[in-house]
Amino acid sequence: MKAALDRLAKRAAEEQLLDVAYTSTDSPFGPLLLAITPKGLVRVGLPNQDRDELLVELAERVSPRVLEAPAALDEARRELDLYFDGKLDSFDLPIDWSLSDGFRLRVLRQIARIPYGETRSYTEMARGAGNERAVRAAGTACGKNPVPLVVPCHRVLRSGGALGNYGGGAPMKEGLLRLEGVLDESPRG
Amino acid sequence: MWRISRSTHGQRLIHVVSALPPFQVLIDEHAGDVMAVLRGAVGREGADDCFQETFMAALRAYPSLEDARNLRGWLITIAHRKAIDYHRARGRRPVPVAEVAEVAVEGPEPSDDGIWLAVGALPPKQRAAVTLRYAADLPHREIADALGCSPEAARRSLHEGIKRLRKELA
Repeated sequence: MKAALDRLAKRAAEEQLLDVAYTSTDSPFGPLLLAITPKGLVRVGLPNQDRDELLVELAERVSPRVLEAPAALDEARRELDLYFDGKLDSFDLPIDWSLSDGFRLRVLRQIARIPYGETRSYTEMARGAGNERAVRAAGTACGKNPVPLVVPCHRVLRSGGALGNYGGGAPMKEGLLRLEGVLDESPRG
Repeated sequence: MWRISRSTHGQRLIHVVSALPPFQVLIDEHAGDVMAVLRGAVGREGADDCFQETFMAALRAYPSLEDARNLRGWLITIAHRKAIDYHRARGRRPVPVAEVAEVAVEGPEPSDDGIWLAVGALPPKQRAAVTLRYAADLPHREIADALGCSPEAARRSLHEGIKRLRKELA
């Protein structure tokens, strides 16, 4: 049955019927869900997020043609592995932004430009997206980031330097910042 | 799930929306049944190709599917049509000798294949009814839908098929 299903996924891709391909991959923080469309990476699910819910959301918002097809995500998986090993500081993956729009999309595009190992504040992100007073909305945009890690919302902190929230949980945000050398042994909390 | 919209006259329109699950869910839950149906309907040799055809056809049509309440029945119906296509194509084509030889060198078949061989030898309607009932566990009404006949006719085909199988296998 495995061979038959592999053949099916391959044929679906060839005949352009594979609208959303997904797979799971391991990370130091737990399993990640990766989903890609012909336009690019559309969703990264963090370990604490419900996999089935993410897939249902993709079916409703992108296309119901959602198939498990690990081969389509080989490059994304390779880059993430290197990133977690501290050997990659900038992702070279096309992103499909279709799950975000308006102010949120502008905030995410700002975040995508924060370099490895640096941090910015929510206020700076709000200003960059064109509305300095919309700090809370900028925070929401971070929380709803469909492609965390690759769009590094973990690099956005509160103005006072406190870490703030993270979709994958505060310990993961702390761990990522430590990996990038932003945090020393003791977190600023 | 419900969705409410407004008509051009401002009336509220309430639609029942049953969202389509990710296609992978259909594969995870029903691929085994579809394969079982196809093995019964066309035999082990043809089942793999029919399986591909079935799921490719389903994937193509899926986004425009309006009623998501019986996805299993929908898949089984497609599988049944693909099995008919398979038999038609073979009916027109002479079976090459090489194909017979290939069957002979294959490894031992699972024990219940004797039954499916007997099922494969039934007349088309009876074979379809028996497969849909026992491999796919479809109720009479859905067998009738798949075969394009009345539930009574489906019940009759099934009954005749089972009677014949009992005689063959006794």
